[in-house]
Amino acid sequence: MSVEVSARSYWIGYQTILIKEITRILRIWAQTLIPPVITMSLYFVIFGAIIGRRVGEMGGLPYMEFIVPGLIMLSVITNAYGNITSSFFGAKFGKHVEELLVSPLPPWIILAGYVSGAVFRALTVGVLVWLVAAFFSGFHMYNVAVTISILFLTAIVFSLAGFINAIYAQKFDDISIIPTFVLQPLTYLGGVFFSVSLLPGITQQIALVNPIVYMVNAFRYGLLGVSDIPLWIAYAITLGFGTVLFVICLTLLKRGIGLRS
Amino acid sequence: MKALEVNQLKKTYRNGVVALKGIDLSVEEGDFFALLGPNGAGKSTLIGIVSSLVNASAGETKVFDISVQKQRSRAMAEIGLVPQEVNFNQFEKPFDIVVNQAGYYGVPRGVAKERAEYYLKKLSLWEPAFRMARTLSGGMKRRLLIARAMVHQPRLLILDEPTAGVDIEIRRSMWKFISEINAAGTTVILTTHYLEEAENLCRNIAIIDHGEIVENTSIKHLLGKLDIETFVLDLREPITSLPELDGVELVLRDPTTIEASMPKSRSLNRLFRVLEEHGMEVCSMRNKANRLEELFVRLVNLDQEDAA
Repeated sequence: MSVEVSARSYWIGYQTILIKEITRILRIWAQTLIPPVITMSLYFVIFGAIIGRRVGEMGGLPYMEFIVPGLIMLSVITNAYGNITSSFFGAKFGKHVEELLVSPLPPWIILAGYVSGAVFRALTVGVLVWLVAAFFSGFHMYNVAVTISILFLTAIVFSLAGFINAIYAQKFDDISIIPTFVLQPLTYLGGVFFSVSLLPGITQQIALVNPIVYMVNAFRYGLLGVSDIPLWIAYAITLGFGTVLFVICLTLLKRGIGLRS
Repeated sequence: MKALEVNQLKKTYRNGVVALKGIDLSVEEGDFFALLGPNGAGKSTLIGIVSSLVNASAGETKVFDISVQKQRSRAMAEIGLVPQEVNFNQFEKPFDIVVNQAGYYGVPRGVAKERAEYYLKKLSLWEPAFRMARTLSGGMKRRLLIARAMVHQPRLLILDEPTAGVDIEIRRSMWKFISEINAAGTTVILTTHYLEEAENLCRNIAIIDHGEIVENTSIKHLLGKLDIETFVLDLREPITSLPELDGVELVLRDPTTIEASMPKSRSLNRLFRVLEEHGMEVCSMRNKANRLEELFVRLVNLDQEDAA
């Protein structure tokens, strides 16, 4: 007797991928959860407490407070991206992705499972970094809905981007190239440590091409009530990126690019 | 109903290699079917297409009348695959591997755990079920692949060389398990390099070579085609020369071993009489090779000659 393919069976399949991902993240917590918290703590100590005192104010806020949203976003972005690339590429490299490919699960469930796992790790790290930040600069929350929604959307967008990277990756080097040469520069130049409005002339226009600027500013608005960019533009751009990346991921999975011969 | 139906299936890889040249094949529900062929013949490509790991270039594949190409999810729910290579996460526990696989097929977690325990026990894997999979022996890993493939209780079980590198004791226990599964109604398709395995277990057979089916019939019918048999005779005393015998080819392998090749229609009594007349005492006798192996080699060689 075989199993019925139904919405319920898909739901069980999705839960299975998610549970497997969460178990993996928690099993290797010393690799997945602790390092970003330590790195961000160092950022708070060096840029916030030591250098921040000399900087004074940024965007009308004490520098320490100003960098908190950006640093939380930085950890969310890198962990969402890093989790899905290492997990999915690892499954591809070890061939156990075939367990999913021969199953009745449709591509969108496989994608949803892996993205949810990456979002779980990104948000867990984000919350831990937030707690560290609260120790240095106190707890702030200007708009709960904006804070949570933009955090979720950003984690989803970078999980999807990481998934594409994992699909095309042929060797382990390939999953570190994009984070090192693209993601990190974009994040550092995305208004984490400075207000985009401080940039002179044309560089301000160039900075606005960077999607991370919009996410960091929307999150800063959610936490502190200040932003260089109108909120609706930040949402439109984040949702736009998310939709495009989702369609690309789904198309790649359906065609079996990098997965099926 | 047909468990598997393949029509004009073609596969050309991106590097230009033509793996399948438009094959037709069908396997009846409940059958124990052998798919044989030399390395690179197209067996794994065919299995890959049936299990949706490989995209077909042309043609259609149906599993219990469900198109793999058009209704992939429904078709995959009917199949359990034991791949040639170990492809589970070596850093997970066997129990988790089997339970998770059940989850991908929509089996609720409670039921999945019960079934995982049943199949792991049935395949003598319960003791290491909670150890890291990479610590399992080669034979245990192979059995774990079978437990994983069976946990959603598929109607069609495809085994791609399941006993490769497995010692004879475990191989026999695996044969017993797979035979029981087949007896319970599951259709089994087996590829193997151990031809006695196919001969002992399977009812029907297809031989694939150079991307084409060169034979597709029942094992019984196929073995009926074998008209010459070779026997190995062990002699009590060493000899230096062989007697002449019409219609029988005698070869002296060593001073106490003779190989006798003769048509099946010939009586063995005549051979023994002649040997006795020449003062030779036969102390034991056996078939030189597995019968299916002889046919297999003959069919594949024929195909190669045709291609040349």
